Amino acid sequence: MTTPTTIRVWESEYAVYRKVWKSHVLLAFVQPLLYLLGMGLGVGALIDVNADSTSTLGGISYFAFLAPALLATTAMMSAGQASLWQVLDGFFWGNRYRAMAATPLTPGDIATGLAMWHATRTAIGVSGVAAVLVLFDDTRSWGLLVAVPVAVLTGLAFALPITAWSSTRHGDGSFPTVIRFGLLPMFLFGGAFFPIDELPVWLQPVAHVTPLWHGIELCRGAVIDSVSPGNVAVHVLVLVAYVAVGWVACRIAFARRLAP
Amino acid sequence: MICARALRKEFGDFVAVDGIDFDVAPGESFGFLGPNGAGKTSTMRMIGCVSPITAGTLRTFGLDPSTDGAAIRARMGVVPQADQLDSELTVVENLVIYGRYFDIPRAECRRRAAELLDFVQLAERANERVDPLSGGMKRRLTIARSLMSEPDLLLLDEPTTGLDPQARHILWDRLYRLKQRGVTLVLTTHYMDEAEQLCDRLVVMDGGRIVAEGSPRGLIDEHATREVLELRLHRAEVIGVADGATAAEDESALTAIDGIGDRQEVLPDRILIYAHDGEAALAEVHRRGIEPVGSLVRRSSLEDVFLRLTGRTLID
Repeated sequence: MTTPTTIRVWESEYAVYRKVWKSHVLLAFVQPLLYLLGMGLGVGALIDVNADSTSTLGGISYFAFLAPALLATTAMMSAGQASLWQVLDGFFWGNRYRAMAATPLTPGDIATGLAMWHATRTAIGVSGVAAVLVLFDDTRSWGLLVAVPVAVLTGLAFALPITAWSSTRHGDGSFPTVIRFGLLPMFLFGGAFFPIDELPVWLQPVAHVTPLWHGIELCRGAVIDSVSPGNVAVHVLVLVAYVAVGWVACRIAFARRLAP
Repeated sequence: MICARALRKEFGDFVAVDGIDFDVAPGESFGFLGPNGAGKTSTMRMIGCVSPITAGTLRTFGLDPSTDGAAIRARMGVVPQADQLDSELTVVENLVIYGRYFDIPRAECRRRAAELLDFVQLAERANERVDPLSGGMKRRLTIARSLMSEPDLLLLDEPTTGLDPQARHILWDRLYRLKQRGVTLVLTTHYMDEAEQLCDRLVVMDGGRIVAEGSPRGLIDEHATREVLELRLHRAEVIGVADGATAAEDESALTAIDGIGDRQEVLPDRILIYAHDGEAALAEVHRRGIEPVGSLVRRSSLEDVFLRLTGRTLID
């Protein structure tokens, strides 16, 4: 019985991950926990005494508003970071993808296997957040079982386009910019900490086209049941579109880089 | 085993390989010799099925790389110019993971890894990380890795570039053993001694073309004399003037040694005199009253062949 070529790539990524899994899991677990304690409980205590604020949040506590969104933001951050230096390393410093390309694996196999690995790695990180949410009454919900795969989809909507970008680079100069001016603003203004209705009107359409907002709406909806079925379809469709375009872009970029 | 006709590779306007023909027979050890930029690596990448050919035909194991690339790569081991090891993993993990790319079962990967680590003399390092290994050890590990799939054909792109002399000799010894086992070796090098050590047959490449083909000995016999006399002259001294030789004085220096040996090459730092008997040529130099600063009689090498064919030295 032969192992699918993409699984062989996945195995390799997993072997490398086994060397660093502790720091990844710890970060994915601790960072959201800190936000939950500091923002969710700390800032939340100030917000929840104000009836107007509570109605802006849809009649729920600030903690219940924020916590599910952290599934999506963690997915974005974890997947985004795994798509920058680690990907370029495979073509530029360590050249592990070049080594793979000299074997029966094709560039397309490598791109798809890596996409599958991104999904796995994001799932591990997001599951850590879900485990934290189970600890609190406000977010202990069967909906977490739906929110985790939704967050993985959100992670892929970032991982694949960024991976495609990284695989065209010849240096890491642009990577801090991607984080500072791409991921970080989305994290802050993408609807995790406050509803995007509170953004200036001209900024709202920007939030609407970012994958993060759609992921947050879905995760929040799954945990506290706040989203209509029609909107669910739109959100899922946007995320799937990002994933599909990103995947095709990865396959093209990998082929160009590995078999010029 | 490999058959190339009018093989060509272009990158945009740049012609890296300009229509070359060659054949490699099973069990043979075949080399591409040439300076940097001669087109050796581009040719290797086409043979390795990681670079599509621009024109011409290429068949490896009778298969066409454009349609059967994966099948060809499955039967081929590749030792790239720069090591591509996973530095986070241990020595043995590197081998097992690589074997898995070929879908070799894990237990079999471990068995082969143990055997190959013995072969490349790294067995006692099996469970150490790759990072702290020396350059020569990493090279040997890369060779072990390329052998995980028990390939019929091994491609080596500048296998000993950047290694110290001792590490090179260990590597040559291992490659020689592989050759004795019947593995077909195809390698590139810009070292003449390496080509002479390892290759049954080689082609000399320059500017994307093949300028000569043959066995190392045959090429030397054809394009050089048996021996070479290397002279370092204070050219001014030759003609009895003090420092500061001018072009005219250079001419005089050359006139002074004119006719010695079969042929002469003037390099910036020395003069090469090609002669069947180098000592006799040196005696003639002394007889004419020329006192060289340094002289050396050696057997001629592929370097001389390359110089003869292209008018340039291999390594600038």
